[in-house]
Amino acid sequence: MLSIKNLQAKIGDKQILNGINLEVKAGEVHAIMGPNGSGKSTLASVLAGREDYEVVQGEVEFQGQNLLDMAPEDRARAGVFLAFQYPVEIPGVSTINFMKTAVNQILKSRGQQPLDAVSFLKIMKEKMKLVDIDQSLLNRSLNEGFSGGEKKRNEIFQMAMLEPKLAILDETDSGLDIDALKIVAHGVNKLRTKSNAVIVVTHYQRLLDYIIPDFVHVLYKGKIVKSGTKDLALELEAKGYDWIKDEVAVA
Amino acid sequence: MSKDNQVLEELTSKEYEHGWTSDLETDSAPKGLSEDIIRFISTKKNEPEWLLDWRLDAYRQWSKLKEPTWPNISYPAINYQDLIYYSAPKQKAKPKNLEDIDPELIKTFEKLGISLTEQKRLTGIAVDAVIDSVSVATTYKDTLAELGIIFCSFSEAVQEHPELVKKYMGSVVPVNDNYFAALNAAVFTDGSFCYIPKGVRCPMELSTYFRINAANTGQFERTLIVADEGSYVSYLEGCTAPMRDENQLHAAVVEIYAMKDAQVKYSTVQNWYPGDKNGKGGIYNFVTKRGLCFGDGSKISWTQVETGSAITWKYPSCILKGNNSMGEFYSVAVTNNYQQADTGSKMIHIGNNTKSRIVSKGISAGHSQNSYRGQVKIMKRAENARNFSQCDSLLMGDQCGAHTFPYIDVENKSARVEHEATTSKIGEDQIFYCLQRGIDEESAVALIVNGYAKEVLNQLPMEFAVEAQKLLALTLEGSVG
Repeated sequence: MLSIKNLQAKIGDKQILNGINLEVKAGEVHAIMGPNGSGKSTLASVLAGREDYEVVQGEVEFQGQNLLDMAPEDRARAGVFLAFQYPVEIPGVSTINFMKTAVNQILKSRGQQPLDAVSFLKIMKEKMKLVDIDQSLLNRSLNEGFSGGEKKRNEIFQMAMLEPKLAILDETDSGLDIDALKIVAHGVNKLRTKSNAVIVVTHYQRLLDYIIPDFVHVLYKGKIVKSGTKDLALELEAKGYDWIKDEVAVA
Repeated sequence: MSKDNQVLEELTSKEYEHGWTSDLETDSAPKGLSEDIIRFISTKKNEPEWLLDWRLDAYRQWSKLKEPTWPNISYPAINYQDLIYYSAPKQKAKPKNLEDIDPELIKTFEKLGISLTEQKRLTGIAVDAVIDSVSVATTYKDTLAELGIIFCSFSEAVQEHPELVKKYMGSVVPVNDNYFAALNAAVFTDGSFCYIPKGVRCPMELSTYFRINAANTGQFERTLIVADEGSYVSYLEGCTAPMRDENQLHAAVVEIYAMKDAQVKYSTVQNWYPGDKNGKGGIYNFVTKRGLCFGDGSKISWTQVETGSAITWKYPSCILKGNNSMGEFYSVAVTNNYQQADTGSKMIHIGNNTKSRIVSKGISAGHSQNSYRGQVKIMKRAENARNFSQCDSLLMGDQCGAHTFPYIDVENKSARVEHEATTSKIGEDQIFYCLQRGIDEESAVALIVNGYAKEVLNQLPMEFAVEAQKLLALTLEGSVG
């Protein structure tokens, strides 16, 4: 589904990604871990098409299309979803209104009829149940005055609404207590199918107790330096990142 | 230039939709302003002697006044002798019904989306349509008359209800109130008049639609609304003008007089021609709007969506004379390209337990300058007065300016006055968040702007809210979700 080859990217003069290679197939969950500043969030942003980053080299193919050639909104319409680490506030725009605009623009881009209010609400109610979110939250201005947990849960609700092929969760666990973490993870697990894939970007192993990855990759200095199964995450949890750094230094 | 700036650039360079002209034969006064011209207008309108005297008095006072220089706007000096003060579409006789109206006129209004044919109208709105200097038609008059509501052109009111006009005209905005109000009093040509009798709740929105058509013509209309005890009316005002290279002057006066427990809601969607993207042409809009909450428990509410005009100078105000009376002002002012707006409100608290609320949302794009100017005055004898003001500015791009000039003047210790102000920019983060959800940039901007202005748009009557949203979307383009 997603094939990243030798991806290099910079912000300003600073090169952050130094040749990433990654293959993600439908139905898989990949965890990307690494110490602070290793380029995890940059990778997520580059895949979503954030302008601040410049791709220097490399290729990214998503379902047979050149992802890097696509505008951010077209990537979203093709099924790439980013759950933001810091979701922004949009005053005066409710999550409901925001999602209705998004869903209908996506439908329109596929040449389909927009949903009327009734069918939209029906779908919304189903998804609300799925991710255990209250409608009062969705009536409020998007992310305005939301707690950390509410913001992240709202991201997962949006993911449920848009049914992406590839979901990238950027440090979705940051700022969450264990209860909130469980709720969010539970929501993500319910959205997993054989035909979609998830990339979980995280600093800590604890989220992976609840979202079980098929593969774990360690990102360091803008490169994937080690890949393994969920046992690698446990090892990192126990030993920290220093041994990886040492291994890289030796190599 | 970042991408959202580029999109804004494209959006804001969009052409003005109502810029066409109608080919109407007109009957005009010669250029210039003098006592003779005022006599000419008065004669044309077949006015009683007292009104001519009133005009001449206003003219003499105006001659002694100076054009204000305190607003945060700049424009070349206006040559008041180079303007035409009276222009009317030629009509053979006074139209008795719609069949008698020049079809070109009906076409003009239909092009604006205003049908003067009552049976064709879907929503219950009574319209007074004013083109250049005269009112051409007022719809639903008979229905309203059954309730004792008078809704007609100002000229007609002068003929049919002189006692009401004489009593209330100038009672809220005195002749010598300010330079432009005095000019209006001297040369006003038409406008709307509305009287709601005691205890009557007006069953439909009343609306005046203003259109400037003729070239080199100033439009000076006057609106007077009198709400008797315990009555209620919601009033709408819309305006457009053709695209012309030269600037056109619009100096209107609106007076609202609310008696005990009366409520008046006045909404404006101002879409005068703003000039082209280089700042050429456009309407100079110098308007005095004021409401007097004369009776106890009365309420006047102003809502305005300002997207047009090269220059906007306008401060819809409330004088809260009655005890427990209430004044509100909700405003969205959008400026683009080289537009300049100096707008806000005045709330003068005289009675006890009077309340006022000001919510102003400025949006500046392009090279425009957008200023909020507001005054809250609590007089010595006003016990327990309350005011809340909120002035927000939204900036788009880095060439525009937003300014806030609040004046707060409290003479009574029991008053509580709050003022909040914020300035923000549409963030690239906000735009990117929308893009990532599949929303294109245009729609993202419209979504964010409408969210920002929501508190004000919510105050508009349903029929108007849609038009206002469309207008915001058109001014900054993008579909509204």
